[in-house]
Amino acid sequence: MAILEISNLQKSFDKDTPVLRGIDLSLEQGETVAIIGSSGSGKTTLLRCINFLETPDQGTIRVGGETLLDASDRRTYKESEIRKKRLHFGLVFQSFNLFPQYTALENVTLASLLLAKEAPDYQSHHKELTAAIWEKGRTLLRQVGLAEKQDLYPHQLSGGQQQRVAIARALAQNPDILCFDEPTSALDPELTGEVLKVIRGLAEQKTTMIIVTHEMAFARDVADRVIFMDEGVIVEEGPAKQVISHPQQERTRQFLARFQGA
Amino acid sequence: MFWSVTASLLEGFGMTLKIFVLTLVFAIPLGLLISFGAMSKFRPLKWLIKTFVWIIRGTPLMLQLIIIYFGPGLLFDWELLPRFAAVMVAFVINYACYFSEIFRGGIEAIPKGQYEAGQVLGMTKSQIFFKVLLLQVIKRIVPPMSNEIITLVKDTALARTISVYEIIWNAQVYIKSAGLIWPLFYTGVYYLVFCGILTLLFGYLERKLDYFRV
Ligand SMILES: Nc1ncnc2c1ncn2[C@@H]1O[C@H](COP(=O)(O)OP(=O)(O)OP(=O)(O)O)[C@@H](O)[C@H]1O
Ligand SMILES: [Mg+2]
Repeated sequence: MAILEISNLQKSFDKDTPVLRGIDLSLEQGETVAIIGSSGSGKTTLLRCINFLETPDQGTIRVGGETLLDASDRRTYKESEIRKKRLHFGLVFQSFNLFPQYTALENVTLASLLLAKEAPDYQSHHKELTAAIWEKGRTLLRQVGLAEKQDLYPHQLSGGQQQRVAIARALAQNPDILCFDEPTSALDPELTGEVLKVIRGLAEQKTTMIIVTHEMAFARDVADRVIFMDEGVIVEEGPAKQVISHPQQERTRQFLARFQGA
Repeated sequence: MFWSVTASLLEGFGMTLKIFVLTLVFAIPLGLLISFGAMSKFRPLKWLIKTFVWIIRGTPLMLQLIIIYFGPGLLFDWELLPRFAAVMVAFVINYACYFSEIFRGGIEAIPKGQYEAGQVLGMTKSQIFFKVLLLQVIKRIVPPMSNEIITLVKDTALARTISVYEIIWNAQVYIKSAGLIWPLFYTGVYYLVFCGILTLLFGYLERKLDYFRV
């Protein structure tokens, strides 16, 4: 059964210009999907809708069979309910958005420590709970290759290192689905490799991921499936190698040709 | 003579300090409220607040003092506020408006991504404000706030406009009564020492916050 099912997702910021025009997308547990498409095609908006940073005008989002969002449902949800829904997803931003006043390790653990305070057994077990969170944070930083950097502040890290901390930070909340919005676009070319390597490792561990990227070779090699978006619709999707190397649709072909030209 | 001048100036400086401290205590929270108003999504409130801030920042504090003291009586036949209360009202409103602009600048300068990063990690609004944004805002506003607060020290002298006697007034008395000018220079020492202490304090705060970049 699909872990994520999105159907007929629509979003416009002003009436005349729809940005998402009915997106249907489903994701299997452990699957890695790459989304490609030209600038302005709505990729970021899609990820932002999935992560409850934007409210879609229409459509539903289901995770593990549970409806998290139904745009026709006009009830207003309590903040605590929206937070619970959010925790199904993680988002890694193009611009990292690490918290500058916290060390790498504190960035990874902050949200978990705050969440733990709300656990019913926090009073009686807070030593064990917090110790486990710190330990997990260190494990995650080791996993992204930054064990030695745990006590440095974001401004003391390179862009690639910052993005790896951001990945560890997103993983710390155990999201069912981890989303990446062009995780390497803000990086110098020589730093993209270390970030892509971490994501590749996650794919090998069968982390369920949606990756918006302009790295075509990476999408082809790492993703199970590639989706090509244009003007707010999914134009083509299929096995990664097929879509990137043998696109069926004319629009996909044009996009990829322009890409290879650039 | 020196000791009696010192005592008199100390008394005047007491008034200066009182205006200074009370203005800070009330103008900082009021300024925060005003800054929220100026950032409100509710347009009429936003423009009302912005116009008010524009008027207060665009006219002299001295004028505001005089109007707040004499205005109610002359315009509406109300009883005058006690002089000191009028001074406090004028100072608090004036400085709250200046502070509000500093707060607004500090808050608006924080990238939206900081807030969103907290949201996607499942933090609540108040956790995001207190654990993520606040310290970044404070770091940004320390330098302009220190400027404004040091200006406030010197602005307290304006209280004499409506005959609330602070340190300079007390020194000036000696010109007429004893033909002495040095008590005036002496007031400068009070100001310099006090502003010096504040400068050190703010410098310390800035160094404390130097461990991260925004
Ligand atoms: N907050 C917003 N308000 C108004 N319009 C917006 C907003 N966010 C995005 N848009 C518009 O929606 C369209 C799609 O934007 P989006 O950022 O989703 O594209 P994208 O596929 O991520 O592009 P890129 O590859 O450049 O990141 C663009 O035309 C953009 O101008
Ligand atoms: Mg984008």
